[in-house]
Amino acid sequence: MQYLPNILFAIALVLGIGYFTKNVKKLIRNIKLGNEVDASDNTSQRWKNVVNIALGQSKMVRRPVSGLLHVIVYVGFIIINIEVLEIIIDGLFGTHRIGLKILPTSVYGFLIGSFEVLACLVFISVIIFWIRRNVLKLARFWKSEMTSWPKNDGNIILYFEMVLMTLFLVMNATDLEFQALNSGNIVSQYIAPWFSSLSETALHTIERTAWWLHILGILIFLNYLYFSKHLHILLAFPNVYFGRIKPQGEFNNLEAVTNEVKMMMDPNADPFATPAEGAEEEVPAKFGASDVQDLNRIQLLNAYTCTECGRCTSECPANQTGKKLSPRKIMMDTRDRLEEVGKNIDSNKGEFKDDGKQLLDDYITREELWACTSCNACVEACPVSINPLSIILEMRRYLVMEQSAAPAELNNMMTNIENNGAPWPYNQMDRLNWAND
Amino acid sequence: MSETLKVPTMAEYMSQGKQPEVLFWVGCAGSFDDRAKKITKAFVKLLHKANVEFAVLGTEESCTGDPAKRAGNEFLFQMQAVTNIEVLNAYEVKKIVTACPHCFNTIKNEYPELGGNYEVMHHTQFLKTLLNEGRLTVEGGKFKGKRITFHDPCYLGRANNIYEAPRQLIEKLEAELVEMKNCKRNGLCCGAGGAQMFKEPESGEKDVNVERTEQALETKPEIVAAGCPFCNTMLTDGMKAKEREEVQVMDVAELIANADDL
Repeated sequence: MQYLPNILFAIALVLGIGYFTKNVKKLIRNIKLGNEVDASDNTSQRWKNVVNIALGQSKMVRRPVSGLLHVIVYVGFIIINIEVLEIIIDGLFGTHRIGLKILPTSVYGFLIGSFEVLACLVFISVIIFWIRRNVLKLARFWKSEMTSWPKNDGNIILYFEMVLMTLFLVMNATDLEFQALNSGNIVSQYIAPWFSSLSETALHTIERTAWWLHILGILIFLNYLYFSKHLHILLAFPNVYFGRIKPQGEFNNLEAVTNEVKMMMDPNADPFATPAEGAEEEVPAKFGASDVQDLNRIQLLNAYTCTECGRCTSECPANQTGKKLSPRKIMMDTRDRLEEVGKNIDSNKGEFKDDGKQLLDDYITREELWACTSCNACVEACPVSINPLSIILEMRRYLVMEQSAAPAELNNMMTNIENNGAPWPYNQMDRLNWAND
Repeated sequence: MSETLKVPTMAEYMSQGKQPEVLFWVGCAGSFDDRAKKITKAFVKLLHKANVEFAVLGTEESCTGDPAKRAGNEFLFQMQAVTNIEVLNAYEVKKIVTACPHCFNTIKNEYPELGGNYEVMHHTQFLKTLLNEGRLTVEGGKFKGKRITFHDPCYLGRANNIYEAPRQLIEKLEAELVEMKNCKRNGLCCGAGGAQMFKEPESGEKDVNVERTEQALETKPEIVAAGCPFCNTMLTDGMKAKEREEVQVMDVAELIANADDL
């Protein structure tokens, strides 16, 4: 019986990590539904971006208030998690504060002391985040896409963090042995007196309960990630690595189109030539994207990485002037549809069965797509290098090249370019007339 | 006004067996739009003043394909691109300058993969080089002490990280350069990019160009400087909408040419 807690702990750990691993595999499978994309270039620049943008939070702090608060929570999160190591060892081997047995008291005290200070700062930051969302009602948290689940999700994460930090501090405050050391209890020494009237047994019960809830809370939070916008704490790093290296103004050239254009321009090409051996099987390329499988893997990773902060939307000229387009919604829709496709595959033995839906129209409307000015403000604003514009462009390509469904005025513009080499109906032969006006 | 500018073409250079120092890519707006044609002429006057041997493609120039590409018509874009690249490569063009950030971005970033490799400069960068090399001098003239705010074109700024060249030129005019609350990498679009220039905007509360014009007016400028013919149109329309037409919208090249009464 004396090993019961150890066994329970091991079971909780295996279940927690096992279920999370299962979902990570699903996530990777879903991302691989997208087209392959070559990102083997500029390795050193990519690592630099990971260091500066992801680890260094360089784009987060462009907005100083939320940036600073975020840095506190981020640093706190990473450093306090060192404590989890001790909890796991203690839990598995039935020890209590193994760190004290390995490290000199002063070093252990310094570590736990730093964790306590950070926990306190994280708690305060999270409260401010909550106030910004729910009391000050910052506009970007109250856009039309931020209702129901996305809104609750944001708050649940904040409550999680508040509870976890509280449990950590209470656990330390009710640990008589630890308080007696009087090293490292920088914050908890002020909480300990709240419990001073309780018996030693009661204190021990509270300490154990806080300890168990803390580690179970962490495991639950880990598994909550997959269902939440909070995946960015893991995916921000690969996402920044795969982020854009080229100038933002450069849009990719479609290779399938290049091949066709080259053929059209080649005077030696025989339009009646029979296709080469084996070429007959080839399915003609689909131009642009109408569903998530037409996007590339980086775009799908982008969708899972988005934490719905809305900086993109608040910088978007279309959104600022009341149009329906919201770059954040483009990312949220892409993820929602991808999840739907993933579930479809799960319930149909690994095969996607047509569900009569697609990303275009069922999630993202044409009105949203045509409101974009391609100004790159959303791309510039994203703290983790997400590119909503690339998805908008792919979907416009589908509308124009597969469906010929551009707005009439744009069709006029394109006809003019085709006929006169200018977007307006002027004659190409008049192109130098300005010199003599 | 029937003043005739000397504008040599690549074909003329070719017939003399010569190469100009730089090809001036005029662009569709610069060729056909009445307002933008003035920018084109101002820039040509500056090129003459600095004794730059330049040429244009004239009737052999065609749309770069930018608006088609941003609208999603990759076919039309690549047809335009490949045709233009054939012409440019036939003339062995090495260096291109243009007063349109859309042409600039497209030729600089999207043509290389299709076989068009050139050194491409925006006209503000080119003018700055001329100043640095002492080939062109700028004095404040009539813009000395004037309050001027610069609107960053998206395809020059965010798209290609060029923020300083136009500002340094304005400072050379001894003008008072004031910044809008959204400037440089946070600059707000004029509303014309992504082929929006050629269609009515989707319904909303306001037009983007009016929003941007309001931001410009907050700086209480005498002149709003632009570096893109489309931004110029959008902001000029914005001033009309706000009934503030006394605030002039001018291209940086026009400012420099006018300072000198060219």
